[in-house]
Amino acid sequence: MKLWITSFLAGLVFGLGLIASGMANPDKVLSFLDLAGAWDPSLALVMVGAIAVASVAFALVKRQSAPVFGREFQLPTAVRPDRRLVLGSLTFGVGWGVAGFCPGPALVALGAGIPKAAVFVAAMVAGMALFELLERWRTPRRAG
Amino acid sequence: MITIDWASFTPLSALLGGVMIGGAAGLLLLLNGRIAGISGILGGLLVGNRRDAGWRLAFLAGLFLAPWLWMLVAALPTAVIEADYATLVVAGLLVGVGTRYGSGCTSGHGVCGLSRLSPRSLIATLSFMAAGFGTVYLIRHVVGG
Repeated sequence: MKLWITSFLAGLVFGLGLIASGMANPDKVLSFLDLAGAWDPSLALVMVGAIAVASVAFALVKRQSAPVFGREFQLPTAVRPDRRLVLGSLTFGVGWGVAGFCPGPALVALGAGIPKAAVFVAAMVAGMALFELLERWRTPRRAG
Repeated sequence: MITIDWASFTPLSALLGGVMIGGAAGLLLLLNGRIAGISGILGGLLVGNRRDAGWRLAFLAGLFLAPWLWMLVAALPTAVIEADYATLVVAGLLVGVGTRYGSGCTSGHGVCGLSRLSPRSLIATLSFMAAGFGTVYLIRHVVGG
């Protein structure tokens, strides 16, 4: 139950940050991605602010054996970049550039009741479901 | 060569919003031991592990309710979505498939991954940034130019 409350609060602050930063506005995101147009560099500062704070948290993890409420820190274990990582990220980047939505801002915009965000999120979830189906087909006994 | 649109530049709100995003990621990490990667949190629900679903749904509920909490205090900033519905479907599919194959998105790789100095996340971030810049260039200056 505690894990749910802290998770909810983290999601809430995350969402407020997306709104405050301008990330929840696809038009602003596209202005950032448009280097050859009238460039709005704001979103680079979103990354700077976010990384400045999050890197402190990740540094603290190294000194602790377990999180405050969870049983253990669950960090990704893969180290080496591979083809899936690069091709997947390139695909994501194309989709990001087409509409100006990445997953977090799209979910916030859906929460705000914007119909176009609902269409984007529905397609995004369908894409994720397609990935799961293809993965199960590829490795039928993959542990959940 | 690059023309900066100073009128649209919002450094303070961008930094402040970034600090909140980083703070939220730090909270989820230090309290729950989890990475605040939105595509992973959402996509993980589709894996079908019920015991693992609660914290994911709670985080997503927080994201959904953020605009409502915002509206209690101030008017929501306008979100301008130029893409039409068909374009949004294509973009959504690409983002959904791409983030799952690439094991993350702007938050998981861009914020959390870079913060923990992950080489994979650096490669992923460079890849999706390059693809994003390239795609907007093509759409706005080659096809639509």
